[in-house]
Amino acid sequence: MSQTPAGVSLDEVRHVADLANLELTAEELPRMARDLNAILGHIAELNQLDTANVPPMAQVAEALGFAPATSGETLRPDTIRPSVDRTLVMAEAPETDGRFFKVPKVIER
Amino acid sequence: MSETLNLETLSIPAARTAVAEGRVTAAALAEQHYDRIAAVDPEIHSYLALSRERALKQAIKIDTAAKAGDTLGPLAGIAIGIKDVLAMQGAPATAGSLILKGYHPPYDATCVAKLEAAGAILLGKLNCDEFAMGSSNENSAYGPVKNPRALDRVPGGSSGGSAASVAAGLCVASLGTDTGGSIRQPAAFCGVVGVLPTYGRISRYGLIAFASSLDRVGPFTRSVADAATMLEVLSGPDTLDATASTQPTASYTTEAAKPVSGLRIGVPEEYFGEGLNPEIRAAIEKSLDDLRAAGCTIHKVSLPHTKYAVPTYYVIATAEASSNLSRMDGVRFGHRSEDSKTLSSMYRQSRDEGFGAEVKRRILLGTYVLSAGYYDAYYRKAQQVRTLLTRDFLTAFAQVDAIVCPVTPTPAFKLGEKTDDPLQMYLEDIYSVAASLAGICGMSVPCGTTQAGLPIGVQILAKHFDESTMLRVGSAIESAQLSR
Repeated sequence: MSQTPAGVSLDEVRHVADLANLELTAEELPRMARDLNAILGHIAELNQLDTANVPPMAQVAEALGFAPATSGETLRPDTIRPSVDRTLVMAEAPETDGRFFKVPKVIER
Repeated sequence: MSETLNLETLSIPAARTAVAEGRVTAAALAEQHYDRIAAVDPEIHSYLALSRERALKQAIKIDTAAKAGDTLGPLAGIAIGIKDVLAMQGAPATAGSLILKGYHPPYDATCVAKLEAAGAILLGKLNCDEFAMGSSNENSAYGPVKNPRALDRVPGGSSGGSAASVAAGLCVASLGTDTGGSIRQPAAFCGVVGVLPTYGRISRYGLIAFASSLDRVGPFTRSVADAATMLEVLSGPDTLDATASTQPTASYTTEAAKPVSGLRIGVPEEYFGEGLNPEIRAAIEKSLDDLRAAGCTIHKVSLPHTKYAVPTYYVIATAEASSNLSRMDGVRFGHRSEDSKTLSSMYRQSRDEGFGAEVKRRILLGTYVLSAGYYDAYYRKAQQVRTLLTRDFLTAFAQVDAIVCPVTPTPAFKLGEKTDDPLQMYLEDIYSVAASLAGICGMSVPCGTTQAGLPIGVQILAKHFDESTMLRVGSAIESAQLSR
């Protein structure tokens, strides 16, 4: 199992921001690094626990055997039914021709 | 001719009966609420938007039905506010964020539709921390909510507007959401009842997701009986939400009124350690005495992993949030940055301009704990500890019927007091996040005030889908409190 690293560097924060499609200003960057390190320091307390034989829990229904997969009761028949009105949906788009969402240039060279 | 009702104390049955008997029209009652909002809310700031047209249309429908002598729904004429993370057609849904400024969802959340089908009048959308991330409502992009019981204090978060509006008589009940304490903590801070139903008890279709394995919808009310009525309307499966459980519901109003004699109440020592405000400790001990007097037996229980709940929560919740919030990208709805030349810069700039500091912080943390090389050390580890925290409760509930403990370590703190230190703010959730991770039900019930007059809440926890026992204990604490 990989160990919790001692601290997050500015470069790592930059890298994570990149992964998350977030832009951080020069003022935000050191502040976020400071906050992340404080929080991760607290999270490191989890390492006091031996969890070698403990199964991970993704969500509670599964852990209790209430998952829809075991009963099938929460699955509805796969039939065509009315959906949300497309014009109402497209009216919320920042840029649209009424049928498609328009975005700036995708391929960058 | 219309009777004027006291909106600060109005209960669901009192309002419904007045409407049914024609002593006041639903339309007049809605207008009385809007008048009070206009007079009081500029200072409290609990509402972000009013949905007057929809409310009055529904009120006229109720009044016509009442006049015709038709059977009225359980919430007929009841004025209700909706947290702004829930979709309500015709009203904006900002989630307290600039990135969704101006967004009008083209459909209703299931819980919103259920309330209206039961006769409720939906007054508008309630302020909250941005994407429900916060414990003080100071993370709303539209300005904080103030605590109606003490205007220099926070109302709690993230459902601060939902708690404050009920406390201030700006609606009879409201909907909030709870991911790590966001219903129970503001209920405690504002002196109202707040219910965290079992995970899966209420449909989340139409809820803007924060952390999907934790998010729950629940009611705020001024009494336990009103909360039971709301739960009865809201609970049950939903073909639009596969996580809404098919576990049987109960007649919660009947269950809430049953005596508590013979119930075994657990008191977890881990929730009464250092850091707990002495006035809160004393108020909860008094409630335990009340339960003893009502015939309950009190037992010490242990929830040994409690101290790991906050770090576990902030790994799991932020990981899920980083994934859920990736949909906020300026393509299909919400804010798009104006001057981006390419798609990738459009994503980045839209998110940079649209998200506040706390949301960015949590997205970064969540992305970090999921990123290559750290997944096992953080995310998988937290999921394993989540199993241990859940086992703690299952073991305790083999010995007792309900657990009674504090909601928060301190009463409502001052605006600005904790904004500079995110970790301090997170530690505010110490008594609420374990129940969130375990998926059990819980509620906050007022149980006194501090010498300075700040409300104190007591938390009642019960096992999965046992809202009935939780409400019974809540009622017993409430009635003992009222008869003092």
